Amino acid sequence: MKSAVIVFPGSNCDRDLAVALGAAAGRPASMVWHKDAALPPGLDVVAIPGGFSFGDYLRCGAIAARSPIMRAVVDFAHRGGIVLGICNGFQILIEAGLLPGALMRNQTLKFVCRDVHLSVETLQSPFTSAFGNQRVIRVPVAHHDGAYIADYALAARLEAEDRIAFRYVDADGDATEAANPNGSVGNIAGVLSDNRRILGMMPHPERLADPQLGGTDGAPMFRSLVEAVAEVA
Amino acid sequence: MTEPAVNQSLAADHGLKPDEYQRILNLLERTPTFTELGIFSAMWNEHCSYKSSKKWLRTLPTKGPQVICGPGENAGVIDIGDGQAVVFKMESHNHPSYIEPHQGAATGVGGILRDVFTMGARPIAAMNALSFGEIEHPKTRSLVAGVVEGIGSYGNCFGVPTVGGEVRFHPAYNGNCLVNAFAAGLADADKIFYSAASGVGMPVVYLGAKTGRDGVGGATMASAEFGEDAEEKRPTVQVGDPFTEKRLLEACLELMASGAVISIQDMGAAGLTCSAVEMGDKGNLGIELDLDAVPCREQAMSAYEMMLSESQERMLMVLKPEKEAVARAIFDKWDLDFAIVGHTIPEDRFLVKHDGEIKADLPLKALSGEAPEYDRPWVETSAARPLAPVPEMDPAEALAALMGSPNLCSRAWVWQQYDHMVMADTVVRPGSDAAVVRVHGTQKALAFTADVTPRYCKANPVEGGKQAVAEAFRNLSATGARPLAVTDNLNFGNPEKPEIMGQFVGCIKGIGAACEALDMPVVSGNVSLYNETNGEAILPTPSIGAVGLLTSLDEAIPMAPCAGDALLMIGHSEGHLGQSALIWELWGRSDGDAPHVDLRAERKAGELVRALKAEGLISAAHDLSDGGLGVAAAEMALAAGTGVALDAAEGMTPLAWFFGEDQGRYLIAAPEAAVDEITRLAIAAQVPVRRVGMTGGDTVRLGTSEVTLSGLREVHETGFARLMGEA
Repeated sequence: MKSAVIVFPGSNCDRDLAVALGAAAGRPASMVWHKDAALPPGLDVVAIPGGFSFGDYLRCGAIAARSPIMRAVVDFAHRGGIVLGICNGFQILIEAGLLPGALMRNQTLKFVCRDVHLSVETLQSPFTSAFGNQRVIRVPVAHHDGAYIADYALAARLEAEDRIAFRYVDADGDATEAANPNGSVGNIAGVLSDNRRILGMMPHPERLADPQLGGTDGAPMFRSLVEAVAEVA
Repeated sequence: MTEPAVNQSLAADHGLKPDEYQRILNLLERTPTFTELGIFSAMWNEHCSYKSSKKWLRTLPTKGPQVICGPGENAGVIDIGDGQAVVFKMESHNHPSYIEPHQGAATGVGGILRDVFTMGARPIAAMNALSFGEIEHPKTRSLVAGVVEGIGSYGNCFGVPTVGGEVRFHPAYNGNCLVNAFAAGLADADKIFYSAASGVGMPVVYLGAKTGRDGVGGATMASAEFGEDAEEKRPTVQVGDPFTEKRLLEACLELMASGAVISIQDMGAAGLTCSAVEMGDKGNLGIELDLDAVPCREQAMSAYEMMLSESQERMLMVLKPEKEAVARAIFDKWDLDFAIVGHTIPEDRFLVKHDGEIKADLPLKALSGEAPEYDRPWVETSAARPLAPVPEMDPAEALAALMGSPNLCSRAWVWQQYDHMVMADTVVRPGSDAAVVRVHGTQKALAFTADVTPRYCKANPVEGGKQAVAEAFRNLSATGARPLAVTDNLNFGNPEKPEIMGQFVGCIKGIGAACEALDMPVVSGNVSLYNETNGEAILPTPSIGAVGLLTSLDEAIPMAPCAGDALLMIGHSEGHLGQSALIWELWGRSDGDAPHVDLRAERKAGELVRALKAEGLISAAHDLSDGGLGVAAAEMALAAGTGVALDAAEGMTPLAWFFGEDQGRYLIAAPEAAVDEITRLAIAAQVPVRRVGMTGGDTVRLGTSEVTLSGLREVHETGFARLMGEA
């Protein structure tokens, strides 16, 4: 798997994501600067990391979505490329028009950093196929603007098209209000594009993909990507 | 703008005492210009000159084989083996945080991060030690909310994990909260950058954000007591921009890797003035600045304002001239300002030009070297009144009250607002004895803790000073780390009062003795005096930030025991309740002497805990501090989700046994089969050990009374939200 991590000024999970991708793929991810106009050739996966691109000024992800490199990322996505956006990366993908909905300030108005439980809602994607029977996972969130907002029609469509990748749940797998850390509609934590090749999610699977850090529930996502890419090749 | 006439009254407005102003007149043999007066006031205030504390700071142990760089630079540097070094410091931002909590705290974080990366280190961990007034005070909740939000906003955006710290409440901080920020970074031991300029005619380069009028006079403000008009000082607080700081970090590290940097200094307190003087002074050179080249964010700024601005996210650097193009390209890449604003000169002179005029022409070395230094009169703190009888109470009820009390309830409300996992190396998260952060790409790790018990320091400054260091040593040892060194952030009242100066001297003596005995030299620090409002001083609060090393993650000791473990107490107990959390939290009492610290026993106990881990004998350990055995056992039970049962002790009242705060103690958990061997090793090491109970079940039992674990969890975990009026 050849992957690239896009680096914006203010990205701060770029290294974390590159480590997780590199560990799964057995080859390092390339780091691509936001002012570059083109992606490296032959890429399988483009990953947009968490952080505070452009300081979250204007609107989270809004300025980054207009960076030169994002034209190349949008082209890559339109050609069916696999694109992963985590946290600020999810915000950027929405601002770039690659995923529907909006991300608003957390309902508590506070930044929240803690482990949450997620239900893996679908295995039908290059990001989730390797979760298998592991349908409730524990990974952290760390964000201030993570309330996923969709109107009724969009929420219904995402549901009908099996495009909700993850929901916030309690340890037993129930999508309760108490399990929702930010006020997202329908406890939605991650959504897929209509071709299922783009995933945006607020939680950070890359932070719990190493047993020394207290868990590996995030690791199957990176394994899924490696397997998906290998199947095509 | 016409400049005001310089005279004694203007000097007094700048915080300069009459004899200090006279000293300037004698030194210059003329009246200083307005800009020069501003420069003197910036260099000679307490915050920058340490004029009241220097004499005593010199007595602290600062050396050791592990020390690469001790106090005097932006941060201390400690060898952690394999050619790597940890760079760290703690610094206060008390006055600004009281005036404007969000920005005050945020820029405190920004300042300490800059201190670390100025030395060539990438920040890998942050902590903060916060002291607030009593929760009922009308300002407290807004200060807590603002300070926590400010710290989070800066650290989270910058991308450093905030992994630990302290939060306390006490009425002595009602009019003067404390915000002490700690940061640590990682560097190659042979690639540390210092502030001393070298070479004549070398360009002095301004880097980072533009200069505005924010923070003019900030360091002088921070060196005075507050009166009723504290809020009116809001314009002296700077505004932080963590996004610029993040870019400045990346640009500086790239620049350092390019070999272009001769020396570098961040612009912190007293901005351009302090940084330029520091570089010249350390390098035995003069500096000439041309302020016309300084990137400004506001129009028509005067030389005075530019020299005293505390605008954030700025650096000053002496550059290798042949590398200018390389350096400029790096700063262009990160969209940051880069301007040559002066050069080094051979003579001892600080020359500042603006608009074709000489605005300041001063002997440079005298600005720091001739700064006043005081041997302030001090009186020894009188002995605390003896402990009055302590009422009887059901120990389980006392435990529940303590675990839900403002000072002992869970701090998750606070640290969940801090990203404590970014960089993906946080091995032990906040809420344990010490946080543990892996050294990226290795199996090594660093442990971090911040500690002090101001109640003890007030009652007995010498023992309180010792205890702050000893507790840090204990927290590090309980995680399995070998303690390496400390940074001290000394917060006190007005040093011109002999009893306050006595607290300061006492604490320094205690800290010095403990650092010596526990082999933890002081490698950096900061002094914050005049923490008083309307004549009421804070509790003496010498915050100790400490760093320890785990040469392998296998050495880490968890805090959560396994169900069915035996619980053993390491160390000696006498049931000391003077100044304890029990009598303060339950009855608002602060009588009795502080517990005394036996430093030799402390060291032996810590070494034993680490040796027991190395032998594979223990499953968990936790230090005993506020709330003693009962609170330590409850915290371990909550961490593990399993109950504990502690036996009563003969010859001691239940409250003294379960909540006494004798020092040098740990609670360890071990499988039954290991107990004999642990006892044997403890006896051989001459460390007292006794079996005190077992884990298991779903209650916390203290002698014959008990409380359910779920009930305890409820009061403990909702306590903070309740304080904040959210639950």
